[in-house]
Amino acid sequence: MQEPAITPELIESHGLKPDEYDMILQIIGREPSFTELGIFSAMWNEHCSYKSSKKWLRTLPTSGPQVICGPGENAGVVDIGDGQAVVFKMESHNHPSYIEPYQGAATGVGGILRDVFTMGARPVASMNALSFGEPDHPKTRQLVNGVVEGIGGYGNCFGVPCVGGEVRFHPAYNGNCLVNAFAAGLADSDKIFYSAASGVGMPVVYLGAKTGRDGVGGATMASAEFDDTIEEKRPTVQVGDPFTEKRLMEATLELMQTGAVISIQDMGAAGLTCSAVEMGDKGGLGVRLDLENVPQREDNMTAYEMMLSESQERMLMVLKPELEAEARAVFEKWDLDFAIVGETIAEDRFLIVHNGEVKADLVLSKLSSTAPEYDRPWEPTPQAEELADVPQIDAIDGLRALLASPNYAGKQWVYEQYDTMVMADSARTPGLGAGMVRVHGTDKLLAFTSDVTPRYVRANPIEGGKQAVAEAYRNLTAVGATPLASTDNLNFGNPEKPEIMGQFVGAIKGIGEACAALDMPIVSGNVSLYNETDGQGILPTPTIGAVGLLAHTGDIIGSEVREGHVALLIGETAGHLGQSALLAEVFNREDGDAPQVDLDAEKRNGDFIRANRDFIKACTDLSDGGLIMAAFELAEAAGVGVQLDDAPTEKLFGEDQARYLVACNFDQAEALMIAAGRAGVTIESVGRFTGSSVRIGGSEAALDDLAGTYRESFAAAVA
Amino acid sequence: MKAAVIVFPGSNCDRDLAVAFERAGFDVSMVWHKDADLPEGVDIVGVPGGFSYGDYLRCGAIAAQSPIVKAVKAHTDRGGYAMGICNGFQILTETGILPGALLRNAGLKYICRTVGLKVATSDSAFTEGYNAGDVIGIPIAHHDGNYFADGDTVAMLHDQDRVAFTYDQNPNGSIADIAGVLSENRRVLGMMPHPERAADDGHGGTDGVALFRALAGVLTPA
Repeated sequence: MQEPAITPELIESHGLKPDEYDMILQIIGREPSFTELGIFSAMWNEHCSYKSSKKWLRTLPTSGPQVICGPGENAGVVDIGDGQAVVFKMESHNHPSYIEPYQGAATGVGGILRDVFTMGARPVASMNALSFGEPDHPKTRQLVNGVVEGIGGYGNCFGVPCVGGEVRFHPAYNGNCLVNAFAAGLADSDKIFYSAASGVGMPVVYLGAKTGRDGVGGATMASAEFDDTIEEKRPTVQVGDPFTEKRLMEATLELMQTGAVISIQDMGAAGLTCSAVEMGDKGGLGVRLDLENVPQREDNMTAYEMMLSESQERMLMVLKPELEAEARAVFEKWDLDFAIVGETIAEDRFLIVHNGEVKADLVLSKLSSTAPEYDRPWEPTPQAEELADVPQIDAIDGLRALLASPNYAGKQWVYEQYDTMVMADSARTPGLGAGMVRVHGTDKLLAFTSDVTPRYVRANPIEGGKQAVAEAYRNLTAVGATPLASTDNLNFGNPEKPEIMGQFVGAIKGIGEACAALDMPIVSGNVSLYNETDGQGILPTPTIGAVGLLAHTGDIIGSEVREGHVALLIGETAGHLGQSALLAEVFNREDGDAPQVDLDAEKRNGDFIRANRDFIKACTDLSDGGLIMAAFELAEAAGVGVQLDDAPTEKLFGEDQARYLVACNFDQAEALMIAAGRAGVTIESVGRFTGSSVRIGGSEAALDDLAGTYRESFAAAVA
Repeated sequence: MKAAVIVFPGSNCDRDLAVAFERAGFDVSMVWHKDADLPEGVDIVGVPGGFSYGDYLRCGAIAAQSPIVKAVKAHTDRGGYAMGICNGFQILTETGILPGALLRNAGLKYICRTVGLKVATSDSAFTEGYNAGDVIGIPIAHHDGNYFADGDTVAMLHDQDRVAFTYDQNPNGSIADIAGVLSENRRVLGMMPHPERAADDGHGGTDGVALFRALAGVLTPA
């Protein structure tokens, strides 16, 4: 088949800039073939190469005694004692989900699950963080419904419980929704599988589903802004098959036990190209592929299409040749393809042959190690303007406005579409703070949360970056967990704009400082840039996924609020209203600075909660909506009313950081007061859980009435 | 006391069901869908939840044709005990071992939540640990749990006291609120809710424990 000639238009349509094409000419010393151009575009796009972000990602703290494997592999690996490890990562599927919500979101879940089981871990928990445009924007309803159904459709069939996540709405996402999917798995810490190939002449084996034309060019699409030609990009979205993924997972884990796997890599973005190059590059080897041996779903596929297809549910493995029969038997058992498609070679060469014809012949190490890296110009985000006066508001009116907003309403409509209980180890399902799953067969538990407040990040990237980590730390703490490590999913606009790059640089600085101070190193992550449509960028949204450990079931801080319990506020309240939920929802304002994050106070107060868990019957962190929202959430979950002492608006709705609301009986409150005094932790009694209403001074409403609003307003807005 | 749990490639509640059986004292064997026989001496067969063969066709339709389900049918034809949960219930109706069919939920969405389940009869090995009329909290998790049978069949189920559970608040449009039914000899139970997800105080509550315990009591060799 005749390959098209290389023209400037063809180069541009591959997302390569003229200077990048010049680099290609320099590296290979000749004009590339069409297939080679495709390979370069796949390896050098932003999504695969991290060319704008690498410089800054290197500054993040990624190590610690608990870290077995940090960023760079398919997922991070963290020690949880007893020879066990938790393997986790968060990854975006923003662009495909906007183009085709069901399949885009579904394959996002599929991709992240594959990242986890490729490392040898069985997935045990998932989460997803979603950002959509305004609820009444014409696209929002379709996106919310499609994305949620796609996540459920994939995860429910695969069989991993969803234990947490976030959903937010803001006009800045009207043209670009965000779908960030998290997965965590369990493995024995001495049985982790990596991607670096070793040994010359070892068979390269293709596993899983067949290759079709779906998703060709997906990674390049995901590295560009959107405009009005977006409908034409639908064919770049892949189609998911969770049943095949489930079999692929079982077969892969079984295969690993045979000892046949030298190295393994899932085929995600840029499919066969990216996985083969990665395995060769990490192992210092070359790779030869004979494409006629690739299992194909469609007739007459070209080398270009096979190398760039993003068909799902596929893996590439380097096999110990003497164990081929055993390995093949496992895949036959699960009715999956198993095909030797190439071999490792000693030369530093990426050789692609199709029916005896050389389609690409490149220096392998040049494809990834020497991919372009940019130090993009950036401007620090200017100091936020001072907060204008905020009028006092009736407490119940303010609370009701928050509960009526889909941003702060209960998310039952979302999470009831996900299987939250499969595997029968979910100790806490979504709804209130962090989710928890038991480590099967042990007394240990893992806790999971995902957090970010994009308004804060826009106003102040450094403090906003810190705050995302701090809130994750608090959510884990509030269930009694010790935070272990985190994963970051950094969603931003066009990095070629210095102000956007400035947001990125600032957020990384804040995240890095907080991760270091709170001992939650970043062990994996993903960067999604170019989240812009017609030049309009999203709010900077660096989602932090975090994992904590509880050594014993008895360490869980429950949510057992009882009639008569005291409400104690831990941490200092100054009444920060800048960028708060109250401002946005009630006054339609997004002014002022983000709250300052005092990392010492975060650590001190978090340690205090863990040290005094025996005195705490229920606990939640204070975040959006401040004290009043936290009090309502605890009351609603328990079905017991709450009375808060009368206080000004800024005290009730302020979003100062490092704070928790605790419920306990009178004696326990006394003990906590004494312990707080010793630890130098600020604590104050702010009211009582009692009756069947929410009352703040003279302002009162029935709990049932408010709870009804809380439970129904999400569905009312988008269903 | 031996239980067998069938494992289809898309089963995902197989382990959960095995754990619940084991906690109630059963020896459990996992049986692969390509096998044509059940292990010797099996007292009860569990057909677990999940997506058997992907269920891209009607749920359970392909599973009903699998080698192992033929063996399950032979087992129940001989009067053996079996229970199908969720996808397992769908499979048992597809084979005709149990009457009726499971349609898409009336609200068209997947639903996962703990629901109030009314014990409609205590007259079976599965339900004798409860009192008829008890309302227990058991999780559901399905997209196609809307039980349907024609009027005569529903009347027959009621006449023969073969409705095992009904929903306290019908979540999915099931006819006559039916959540689980028994075979004519009362030895086969199919139900959409997941008792194995409520058999442990660290997860989902303990309202399902009595089901497994009662079963163990009936099947314990004298």
